[in-house]
Amino acid sequence: MQRLTWINRFLERPLDIRVRLMVLAAAALLLVTYFLPLWNLTMFAPQYPEGLRLDIYSYTLVGGNGGQDIKEINVLNHYIGMRDLVHEEFAEFQWMPFVIGALGLLMLRTAVQATGAALLDVTVLFIYFGAFSLWSFGYKLYRYGHDLSPTAAVQVPPFMPPLFGGQQIANFEVYSYPRASSYAMAASMLLLVGALGWAWWQSRRAAPRDDEVARPAAS
Amino acid sequence: MESQRLHAPVRVLVLAAAVAAATQCTPSRPASRAGGGTAVQSDLAQAAQKTYVAPGDLDEYYMFSSGGHSGQIYVYGLPSMRHLSTIPVFTPYPATGYGFDDDSKKMLGELTWGDAHHPALSETKGDYDGRWLFINEMNGRIARIDLRDFKTKQILGPIPNLHGNHASSFVTPNTEYAMMATRFSRPVPNRPVGVDRYATEYKGIIAGIKIDPQTGEMSLAWQLLMPPFDYDLGDAGKNASDGWMFFTSYNTERATGKLEVTASQRDRDYIAAVDWRAVDKAAASGAGDMIDGVRVIDPQKVPGLVYLMPCGKSPHGVDVAPNGNWIVGSGKLQGVTTVFNFEKMQTAIRNKDFTGEEDGIPVLTYESIKDAEVPVGLGPLHTQFGTDDFAYTSLFVDSAIAKWKLGTWEVVDKAPMSYSIGHLAAAEGDTVSPDGNYLVGLNKLSHGRHLSVGPSQPESSQLLDITEEKMKLLYDAFTEPEPHYAQIIKADKVKPIEVYPKEENKHPLAVWDVNQAGVTRNGRNVTVKMVAVRSTLTPTDFEVNEGDTVTVAITNIEQTTDELHGFGLLDYNINVVIDPGETKTVTFTAKKSGVFAFYCTNFCSALHQEMQGYMVVK
Repeated sequence: MQRLTWINRFLERPLDIRVRLMVLAAAALLLVTYFLPLWNLTMFAPQYPEGLRLDIYSYTLVGGNGGQDIKEINVLNHYIGMRDLVHEEFAEFQWMPFVIGALGLLMLRTAVQATGAALLDVTVLFIYFGAFSLWSFGYKLYRYGHDLSPTAAVQVPPFMPPLFGGQQIANFEVYSYPRASSYAMAASMLLLVGALGWAWWQSRRAAPRDDEVARPAAS
Repeated sequence: MESQRLHAPVRVLVLAAAVAAATQCTPSRPASRAGGGTAVQSDLAQAAQKTYVAPGDLDEYYMFSSGGHSGQIYVYGLPSMRHLSTIPVFTPYPATGYGFDDDSKKMLGELTWGDAHHPALSETKGDYDGRWLFINEMNGRIARIDLRDFKTKQILGPIPNLHGNHASSFVTPNTEYAMMATRFSRPVPNRPVGVDRYATEYKGIIAGIKIDPQTGEMSLAWQLLMPPFDYDLGDAGKNASDGWMFFTSYNTERATGKLEVTASQRDRDYIAAVDWRAVDKAAASGAGDMIDGVRVIDPQKVPGLVYLMPCGKSPHGVDVAPNGNWIVGSGKLQGVTTVFNFEKMQTAIRNKDFTGEEDGIPVLTYESIKDAEVPVGLGPLHTQFGTDDFAYTSLFVDSAIAKWKLGTWEVVDKAPMSYSIGHLAAAEGDTVSPDGNYLVGLNKLSHGRHLSVGPSQPESSQLLDITEEKMKLLYDAFTEPEPHYAQIIKADKVKPIEVYPKEENKHPLAVWDVNQAGVTRNGRNVTVKMVAVRSTLTPTDFEVNEGDTVTVAITNIEQTTDELHGFGLLDYNINVVIDPGETKTVTFTAKKSGVFAFYCTNFCSALHQEMQGYMVVK
């Protein structure tokens, strides 16, 4: 009961300026996602020594070599009956920029009208969003590798393209790694978690627990 | 040692051989070539290292070698001498579909052969700029190849009045002009006149081909009516002599019949020096007459355009040194090459220092304009330049290259060639700044230096290292017939594309989506818009009626390097190859009824064999 009171006090407690700055920085980092890719897939094969590159942004897909690589990937994939990687196939590109923007606004709100509760809300939401996005991306890859046309010229067993790391798929070495925007989002998330921890610690230090207050009186 | 174990009879034989040698019997090989094999002394390891371009590595230079009467240009990499590609110019080439699609067919016209001799790279300030390559052809034509895609873009001609375009296509220092000049004189305008009136009724023609500085488009600007000599080779003046053009001529005897005798009587023939800027002005001011739609200027009536420089004997090459002040004329029937001085020539013109005239064209006094007669050796044909004022002259009769120095006129080295060198090409060796590292001898005869392939022997091109005092033979290459002249350009000056960008395809019949492919009929004309992409030609079948005029427009919608597709239509003599991003059309009459397969002829993918369809002619 006493602990709950203490948590309530943390939630209602205005945040220290340094914590607010951390939240502000976390919000600023999200801007990166509007300019730089989240993820990159690169495929090498003997006949593609420079590799075919695919950059995934929060709002679109961009092929390397002036967009040519994505066309080439689609040409190759049609032999195994894989659906075309096209912008329209990804609902994510509609909601992701919106959600990132909304989270950013929530962070700004937290930085201004700053309480522990607001900080906790936005941190939890952000973690949820990050986890959901990763799952969604993984699921998308899974579906692409499994929804293969039964009439394809070349029949390959369904496969899971790599989400993180390298993998040999037929004649291709496929590498999949996060890019700048993912790192920015991870950094943003770390900042929020750090801010939360710091605010918690400050809150604990500023207001001793009730039992601790009570103890000297008892002695 | 093997010799220590020789048996007695063998010893006797050896002794007999020694005696025979001592009594001077006929040697088994010429003394000039004894001991050193049949070519220049080479350090094998060094030669191998200098020419070995490791797998995956790139050559330093492009060499564009004329294909002679094959009508093509062959592209080699230097120093490896690897044949990289063939650019079809005057002859159909099924390998790339050239001469089968509507555009290239139209460009070739009725001629399916050409004799392509002298490629010339476009220049800026006298240096190669890597934009275009021009090449002449004997049937009065000149072609432009765009080095952005290594494709023939224009063939100008056969142009009127001019017959046998040999002294061509030498460009001026800023690619203002390419030139044409006739090897064969004939009546102008052409009409049946007996050869007995050759000396007076037959005329040679020099033509200025204007080049658009932006597009490279060639157009016929003017022609000069010349005495009936055989105009052979040329070179544009540069630096000091910029504005002038020089052409060698033989048969100044104006002979007919057995020319090998009748045209070799005079000790000196001429180099015709043309002040092309003055001709330009004269043409602009309306000088001359229109003959067969062309402005033809008679230098007799407009003085100051052309002068004749006496040059011995039956000269082939005329080559302007990098500084522009020396003009080297190589009389193929003598043992010296003649160097003229441009300044002295200008002085002689000013002083009217003439010894006579030919059809009203002044002949300059030989002694007044020549700087030197360099004893290079027998049969000098053509000269190229290196660094440090070194010049290299090919010697057909001697079968060698002479290295000599401009200014001191001293012959410093000779390299035997195998065999009978014609032209030679040095790296950027006809520009204002030659590179002085590689020299290629373009030989006319070959024998015994390659696996025999029967009586039709390959041509040989030999690569020499000219970085040191002595020329060193590096490599024997066997080039496609028949190299005349070649151009060697530093690779980084040429910037080719690898695919035709989609945005640039403005072809009216191009379709970029398989859904737009299809057949439309307009009376008896049928248009098939076809898409080629791995691994389907869409539509996969179409029907026409017998007698229809059918146009198939194929767009290769690939944008990937080397994803070429072909369209071969069996029994219809049709095969085109469409590069990525390109649209090509073939138009034909559906003469034969029945079913005819079409298919991709250029291997493209794992399912290339499935890339096929049918045309049904009802």
